This record gives sequence, structure tokens and C-alpha cells, in this order.
Amino acid sequence: MEKGATIKHDIKKASKTGTWRNVRPEIEVSGCIGCATCVKYCPDACISLRKRKKDEFIEGGKATENVAEIGYEFCKGCGVCAEVCPVKTISMKKE
Amino acid sequence: MNKQLTKNFAPGHGTCSGCGIPAIVRNILDVSEDPVVVVNATGCLEVTSTLYPYTAWKVPYIHNAFENAGATVSGIEAAYKVLEKKGKVKGKINFVVFGGDGSTYDIGLQALSGALERGHRFLYVAYDNQGYMNTGGQRSGATPYGANMTTTPAAKGDIGNELDRKDIMEIVAAHGVKYLAQANVFNIEDMRAKAKKAFETDGPSFLLVLQPCTNSWKFPVSDYVKVAKLAHDTNYWTLYEIENGQYKINQYISNPKPIEEFLKTQKRFKHLLLPENKKALEKIQRDVDFRLEKLKKKTGE
Repeated sequence: MEKGATIKHDIKKASKTGTWRNVRPEIEVSGCIGCATCVKYCPDACISLRKRKKDEFIEGGKATENVAEIGYEFCKGCGVCAEVCPVKTISMKKE
Repeated sequence: MNKQLTKNFAPGHGTCSGCGIPAIVRNILDVSEDPVVVVNATGCLEVTSTLYPYTAWKVPYIHNAFENAGATVSGIEAAYKVLEKKGKVKGKINFVVFGGDGSTYDIGLQALSGALERGHRFLYVAYDNQGYMNTGGQRSGATPYGANMTTTPAAKGDIGNELDRKDIMEIVAAHGVKYLAQANVFNIEDMRAKAKKAFETDGPSFLLVLQPCTNSWKFPVSDYVKVAKLAHDTNYWTLYEIENGQYKINQYISNPKPIEEFLKTQKRFKHLLLPENKKALEKIQRDVDFRLEKLKKKTGE
């Protein structure tokens, strides 16, 4: 036990919950509208918004400024993001 | 990893895959503009976020037993007042309690009642998953009628839980609390707005958030938002708030879905859909309608 029984947050000690995953969410970036619905519901806060790259524009698609990006370190593969996505551009793939 | 959302509560915690509790915690803490101190009663959130030697909490955090979250936060708030008077602490600090329904409806009710009575300035957030989920799904005071739980199994003609859910909002409101609200994890914007109001309240405030449990309500891990939304759409869980004694329904449902739509998504209610349990189903629908009517009368509309 550490002195004073206080424990400081240290992300290096965190268990990598990404190892729980048996399906992984993948974003089809050209279809993403950057609405951030998946961001707020993700139980592990794995998803953030980033600027869309130039080669990710598609003709006829909605070229929003931001797109969602998933970090897989802590993603447990629950599939909530794929379920809530209003344009169904996230799909769950077998690991 | 999302930097803004993990400012106060980091990942690496062990909540079940597809659990909505972290979304509640992050969004409520994110609303606070002042530093926060978190008090956490025993429950799912506590056992999963503090696996020694790791802690997912980046804010001052104290865990206490099931029954005394209210008492602990009272002590912290009183100490803050004294230190502020002596000039040792400057600026406003928000005090937040997170407790499940077990520590709110049942075991911690006495300490909560005392803290509300004394009028300490804190926000009590109860995430309501309608049972003791981290110990295997026992029935609590929040478990609805007809639910198949491990201590109230639905077998051999039994209906499951025979008792009705208790109305914790009315119990808290009876203490003359200035602000309390019922929220739902599917509507995060509404929950954040309510948390903001609660933090601005001078005195105790209370927030009851519905949190579907994938493990014990028995639905697919990807569906917590869907199930929570159905609870809203069937009027099973109405979004309302009580501000200085004034009731207000935040969102009216013009065409409510029948309660079966909500029940059939979960295996804990599977037996209710059998033909022999038709009466129980009718009773649940009647109760939903009755609760809404009662609420509408209180709003004075």
C-alpha cells in the first residue's frame, strides 16, 4: 500500500481492455458525417473527431470538415458506435 | 482516446463491454466548470474503476461503503466550508456522489436522507440499473414488477419480482430539495443540461439516470442506447425535473409505443410475453399510464 493510502492515476498501469475485443469497429471515412454521436456514447471514450484529409473526399458524398476516428487500445468491441451511427458507416469486423 | 472526455475519468476501467455508466460519469463531470471531488458508493462503478494498483479517476476520489455516501459527502463539504473560512481553500469546488440504485433506493437511503435534510451543497447522481448488478443481479428497490432476477426467478408460474419499483424521486422531493431531475442515458444533452442546473444549485441536488444493464437485463452488448430510448418512447421513463417544487416534463411523447416494445428487448421480461401472463402485462401498462397521469397533474397542465 502506498503511503497515505492514496493512489495516483497512471495510464501505464491500466489494463489494456482492447484485448477483450473479438469484433472491431471500422469506419468507412467517406461516409462519415462527423456528427459525433458515436463519440458521446462510447463507453471507453475511444472515439475522437479529427480533420478530414484531402484524399478522403468522395464525389457526391457529404464532405463534412470532421470525421470520427477510433483508437483501439481500450476498445472492448461492444458495437455501440455501429448501432448508434445515423448513417451506418461503422461496421463490426471479426478480429 | 478522446482527450476532452477522458479529462476526469480515463479508460482502462473494467465495466462490461457496452455499459453506459462511463458515459454518464464523463458527461456529468465534463459539465462542471469548477474542480470536483467525487464520492463513490460501492457498486458497479466503484469495483470496475478502482482495480488496484490502477485508478481510472483523475479527480480526487473517495470510495466508501454502500450505506454512507451521503454521510461522507456531508463531511467533505463541511470540511471545505471550514477551510474556506480560514482562507486555506479558494474558489468553488463541486461535490459529486455517484451511487447505483442499491446504494440510493435501499442501503444508503438513510445517509442520503440525512445529508439532504442538513442541506449540504452536493450533487447526488444515481445511475439506476434496477438491481444489484455487480454481485450477480439480485433484486433491489428499483427493480420493476415482473423482472426475472436471481433472487426473484420467474419459474413454475411465478411472475418474477412481485413488488413495484419505489418512487425515489418523490422520496427525495419530500426533503424540499431545490433541484432534482430524472434523466436517461440515451439523451445525453438533456442529462448535461440537468447536471449544469444541479451544479448551480445552492444546496443539495439529485439526478436519477436510467442505465440499461446489458448483463442482467439481458440484451445484446451493442444495444444500451436503443433500450434506453425505448424506455423513453413508451413513457416508462419520463424525463422531468422538479425545480423549487415546480414539476416540469421536459419531453412529451405524442404517440407512446405500447410497453411490450420496451419489454421484449430484454430477456428478464421474456416470460411476460407468454399468453398466461397477459394480466401482468396489462398491469404494467396500467402502471405506466397511471404514473404519467399523476405526473401530469403535478405539472399543473
